[in-house]
Amino acid sequence: MTPLRTLATAGRVLAQIRHDPRTIALLLVVPSLLIGLVAWIFSDTTVFSTIGPAMLALFPFVVMFVVTSITTLRERRTGTLERMLSMPLGKADLILGYTLAFGLLAVLQSSIAVGLSVWVYGLEIEGSVWLLLSVAVADAVLGTTLGLLASAFARTEFQVVQFMPAFVFPQILLGGIFLPRDQLPAGLEEISDWLPLSHAIDALRAVATDSEDAAYVTAELLVIGAWIVAAVVIGSITLRRRTP
Amino acid sequence: MVNNEAPAVVVRDLHARRGRHPVLHCLSLTVPRGIVMGLIGPSGCGKTTLMRSIVGVQIVQSGEVTVLGEPAGTASLRRRVGYVTQDASIYDDLTVRQNLAYFRAVLGVPRGDVDRVIEATDLGSNAGQLAGSLSGGQRSRVSLAGALLGSPELLVLDEPTVGLDPVLRVELWGLFHRLAAAGTSLLVSSHVMDEAARCDRLLLMRHGEVLADDTPQGLLAATGTADIEAAFLALIAEHPAAPDEAAS
Repeated sequence: MTPLRTLATAGRVLAQIRHDPRTIALLLVVPSLLIGLVAWIFSDTTVFSTIGPAMLALFPFVVMFVVTSITTLRERRTGTLERMLSMPLGKADLILGYTLAFGLLAVLQSSIAVGLSVWVYGLEIEGSVWLLLSVAVADAVLGTTLGLLASAFARTEFQVVQFMPAFVFPQILLGGIFLPRDQLPAGLEEISDWLPLSHAIDALRAVATDSEDAAYVTAELLVIGAWIVAAVVIGSITLRRRTP
Repeated sequence: MVNNEAPAVVVRDLHARRGRHPVLHCLSLTVPRGIVMGLIGPSGCGKTTLMRSIVGVQIVQSGEVTVLGEPAGTASLRRRVGYVTQDASIYDDLTVRQNLAYFRAVLGVPRGDVDRVIEATDLGSNAGQLAGSLSGGQRSRVSLAGALLGSPELLVLDEPTVGLDPVLRVELWGLFHRLAAAGTSLLVSSHVMDEAARCDRLLLMRHGEVLADDTPQGLLAATGTADIEAAFLALIAEHPAAPDEAAS
């Protein structure tokens, strides 16, 4: 792995996206529009103030996961992945390059989502908006790196598609959106403690309601960060230069 | 450089599957340095699997593949071997120049090399175009240009002339021979028999086995035929397919 090759890869991914303005638009505004839809659905109730922070975690996470795994899937299908892996490109260069490029998009996407939620959709934030944004960005980057991990695990395109529901849906179901996590049956609560999306949702909720101190949010951010690092490392290790 | 005397490629008793299907059964061959070696055979005979094994992206069941004196897939080989896949493996949403600039950065070769390979593949007038907007022949030339970056010692080209008009085809074969004359070793696959005559040496493959390894002239003399296609058919008649192969 070398910084030059990692940056060249990040630059290449961004250059690709720059040629496709529609993708940029979708990537940046779809999560915000979905959050707006949820706010609209519950506009005559107080529900949005409760689930709004979770939506801020959910939609960017899912969109980044899907976009990243589809992008790497396309790279696999068009043969460019095989080409790059037959060249002196480190597997970590590829994974980190993608993480950097999509991480930049995640910052923009989360900024729009947080801005609209707070100033247009009327989500009340008791804590720091900057802290909220930090958690939202970490959450979107998490979606990216898990998407990369899923597609690194897969050996075929079909497997990549299967990994989406397998990686994402359990995290949504157990993340405390449908039922608060402390009310989950024994066993499921412990499992949900290990899932990274749970920590993102908890942290966003804590900032929104200012119910916990900064140390709590920092600890949650560290857990998300550990997952991001782990996904990059494991993704780099499991990506195969040789395929059947 | 170490191992400079070693052949470009030595394959010994190679067994490989593509997916679940056994493709190469105990294949052995040698590609000498500094020539254009043609790999000729019908679609599905194992040409691509062999090339992938040489480049080090194919999982092989058993056997040895030695490239430029080192085991295939060795990290140091990744800048000494250029590989062009059958379908152009380039980024359609980048321009020709952006594609080559990225490959160049990964290879770590001087920036000026991009212009050299654009010129060598006659892509000068398309350099600013998106690769996805090019014709099939132009796209395969971009893919080839990427493999020429850094002037690798061995070029493994999987059907590089598919979809090219006759004029360009002749120009590319001219380029291959100039590269070989300058010391580059080339392994070029094709299922077009008339291209075979342009190679310095030929490997005729069928059902994952080498039927013949000879010069075009030698092949014609040995089979008493007038063209490579007839020679290939004569060789098939001499080597009837094994029952299990005939079934597949």
